[in-house]
Amino acid sequence: SSHEYKLNFKKSKEMCLSYIQDAMLQKQWKKAAEFLTFYMESLEKDFAREYLSPSEMIWRIGTEILCHHSHSSMKEFNSFTEQMKSLGVKRYLKVCLEHTFHLLCNGLIDEAYQNLSLSESWRSGDQTGIQDKEMKLIKAYRGLLDYYNWSKQKNILLEHGQDGFEDLSVEQEMHGSFRKAAVDLKEIIKIPGVWDLFVKCYVDLLEFYGDHNEARQVLNEYAYNSKFPTNPNAHVYLYQFLKRHGESKKSLVSALKILHDVVPSHELMIDFNIMLQKSKKRKRRRLGLEVIFAVLDYAGWKENVKAWSCLARQLKQIVISEKHLDWIKQEWNSRKDWWPAFHFSRYSAKRNWQENACLSYEKALVAGILLGKDCRYFKYVSHQGCKAQVKRFRILKKFVNKHNPVYLRISG
Amino acid sequence: RDFNERCAQCSEVNWGLTDGGRFYCRSCHNVTERTTEVVNTDFVCNSRIHTICKGLKNQEKTDGSCEWYVCEGFQLILKKQAEALEALGVCPQMKDEVLCNFWRRYLQKTKQAYCNTSAGETVKALPVCDSSTDVDSEPERPSPLQLLSLSESEGNLQTDSSFASSISKVSESTSVCSGSVDGSLYLMKNRKEKLRMTMPMTLSFCYMALLWLREPMTLSDLLRFVVEGHIPYLNVFQDFPEKMKLYGLDLKIFRVESWPVYEEVHNKMLELAAFLDLPRFPDITDSCFLHPDMLCMKYLMEANLPDELHNWTCRVVKKIRIGEVDFLTLVPGNKSTRNVKYDVLAAAVIVVVLKLLFLLDDHYEWLLSDFAEGRNKNNKEGGPYFEFEKWYKVIKCSLDMKQKKLDEERAKYLWRCEKVLFYSDKMKSKVLKRRQTVVNLQNQFGKLSGSVLPAEKPNPSSFQLSWSEENTDGSCFHGHSLKGVLQEKCGLLTAKNPDYWLCTVKLCNEKTCGHRAHYREVDFPQSYHFVIRLFSFLLRIQPSYIHDEVCVIEHKLFNKKLCKKPKYNTGLGK
Repeated sequence: SSHEYKLNFKKSKEMCLSYIQDAMLQKQWKKAAEFLTFYMESLEKDFAREYLSPSEMIWRIGTEILCHHSHSSMKEFNSFTEQMKSLGVKRYLKVCLEHTFHLLCNGLIDEAYQNLSLSESWRSGDQTGIQDKEMKLIKAYRGLLDYYNWSKQKNILLEHGQDGFEDLSVEQEMHGSFRKAAVDLKEIIKIPGVWDLFVKCYVDLLEFYGDHNEARQVLNEYAYNSKFPTNPNAHVYLYQFLKRHGESKKSLVSALKILHDVVPSHELMIDFNIMLQKSKKRKRRRLGLEVIFAVLDYAGWKENVKAWSCLARQLKQIVISEKHLDWIKQEWNSRKDWWPAFHFSRYSAKRNWQENACLSYEKALVAGILLGKDCRYFKYVSHQGCKAQVKRFRILKKFVNKHNPVYLRISG
Repeated sequence: RDFNERCAQCSEVNWGLTDGGRFYCRSCHNVTERTTEVVNTDFVCNSRIHTICKGLKNQEKTDGSCEWYVCEGFQLILKKQAEALEALGVCPQMKDEVLCNFWRRYLQKTKQAYCNTSAGETVKALPVCDSSTDVDSEPERPSPLQLLSLSESEGNLQTDSSFASSISKVSESTSVCSGSVDGSLYLMKNRKEKLRMTMPMTLSFCYMALLWLREPMTLSDLLRFVVEGHIPYLNVFQDFPEKMKLYGLDLKIFRVESWPVYEEVHNKMLELAAFLDLPRFPDITDSCFLHPDMLCMKYLMEANLPDELHNWTCRVVKKIRIGEVDFLTLVPGNKSTRNVKYDVLAAAVIVVVLKLLFLLDDHYEWLLSDFAEGRNKNNKEGGPYFEFEKWYKVIKCSLDMKQKKLDEERAKYLWRCEKVLFYSDKMKSKVLKRRQTVVNLQNQFGKLSGSVLPAEKPNPSSFQLSWSEENTDGSCFHGHSLKGVLQEKCGLLTAKNPDYWLCTVKLCNEKTCGHRAHYREVDFPQSYHFVIRLFSFLLRIQPSYIHDEVCVIEHKLFNKKLCKKPKYNTGLGK
């Protein structure tokens, strides 16, 4: 604790900032506001060399305080933000955007829309070019709000059904909103980035107006253009679109395959496995097995009955056909060291049996096939099941006993 | 008017001013050669004015501003400061005689090197955009071009280049860069001009005058009053008359953005005293406030220490002969005489005495304290023995509180005043607009601050901590007895503590490393650090300065021991 007795402008404002910071961290908004008033005069001083200029500090801190302070109102917030806009030309559009977000968070959609429109028309010398990114975002969000309006108008029309003339103006408005939204949404998704919401909305518009080609193209671009960052959602959207439009299995599979590569634990993998299991093509069935094994590598799926039943079904089918046992061997190879402890411990056997008999059934089947009839999980569950005189457990026991040699071949 | 010389012809003192700015005797109409340097009475303090250079015609320009020189500004400031000091109780002599004379002498000494040519020429010589300008090498004084630039990251205010180009267009006319006539010249380095006037130097002047008059105000007191706002310093230009327009480079001269630093003010004062060829200052005798015996008494009271300690401080002072007149009195220019900082010296003496009696090694003082506590519990008669632990607790509590308050005040310190300054007319509207924004925001958030009482300016007081024996909670230690730490030996009272540790075995050379010793908190006992910290707070200076002084005193005190043998055990019963 070096107590200095010197002081200059810069140092005193630094100290002031740390008091503000402390107050904010402790949610003492009155105290933060008090110290902020003392900080204000730093606006009059040149801090060009600082990383964060005083005006940016004041904008950010002031916003926080106004958001949380009990006596602050939306009106105060607006007036404050307007002043912030005039303080920093270089930050103008950013402030506008954040202002918009704040309005949206408070449910003031119309005000947000107006704000965006105003910002769109802002011009200021070479700053306009420099703040190009922010401008694009502003247009994009306005497009989003146009979509929102379109959606509202559409719902109004749908509610009223075929009622008639009053709806004409609504319909016109709706088409107008569509046009505006389409232009801006299309623009923003051209830029490499993550635009999930924008893409979804744009595609929704296109589908409604029947432009499926454009929609497909947009989704393909979003999913496959290497300039865009890897985004699992892009593939999900594409898959959902393709499914909606009854596209070929091939395209569905290729869409989901990438998703499997990127997020093996995705929930769509269950559907994927089901689709693949049913396929006549050997390659696809093989892929299906790979997919479902991969899903169960993840702790989140450990107690999912559906996932286990998919795996169980496929394993059973392979065992019965006695074809492609090498598939199982391949998949099991990298898992045999850790799956037993991960899934098939005695403890989980007990717990699964107690909590979820169906789960334990499916798991027991899988364990029996992969680890043989002598594995502790199978033994415990099947014993309990038979004791409880649940029929299918007896069947299970028979089945595993019958096919025990398979296990030996797999593990060998 | 105020010119008090007797007329050469009629020996009357009855002067008036001609249109040409010369004095003439009203009685016999004898016109002198003397002219006023400064015409406007507002700038003049109550004494004679020497003529130094050709008189200036004080033309009122069309916009209501007048021509003024930088030193006139400083003169005004000094006057205000002197008035404030007078209000604090300093004798009027300071303002009317001492400070004035010092100032006049300064003008005399500096003007000779300052200007021979007329105002117009000197300023025209200012090469605004010439990169070969002889500029000050100090980082705070860049070239006039840089001085004028006010780049602002927002882009609201003009950038360097555009501003520079606008300046170059008007570089023909004079006084464009500052409200004062010679502002730009002032900031440029002038080899003949060694002691250029600065804001901190005004305080050096004040202190020098106080010292000359031996007023009961130490430098640390003075600087504390400045920071607390009792003495005009920050934004004192607000009190300049309307006609004196302040802008451009004047800001660099008159606008203050840091608290005055003790060392700087003190050193400048010494430089100044030598520069002005002042004689030996009036003697500091043992009846002066600044004498260590007196100051020790004051600080002991403030630090809530027993009065009995005063005997010991006097003994130390006497032993190392720092109470002698020749040691304490300032002889300007004499490099061999140590620069005596009276306040630091007194504080250091007290620290040394505490070390002598309590050792302050984080161990012994607590032992002594326990002993005293035991005695105090069992024996209520006679006064209480001084318990270090109790004192420590009381002081720590107060100190922490005061320190916390001070830190908050530092964070809340406001540097700007209502009067807005700008670098040029072009900037004016932007600066005013910015000021308006600041005021609006302050109002907006001020309302959200809750009911905060505006910080009241504390009444100026020489004592920052006060303790009263009337307090029944026993938190005043003035009357406590030191018997617990003393013993009788051969009829003399000596310290029970037989040991002493030196802060440093060898003193550094000030010239090479700037300090006599090096202070790091972790290297020393906590108790020692605490005591240093206490005085550091009272004097508002870095702990290392006090530590330095302590080292010097110790070396004087144990000089013989140090020269003789490496081992030293000592008590002060000698």
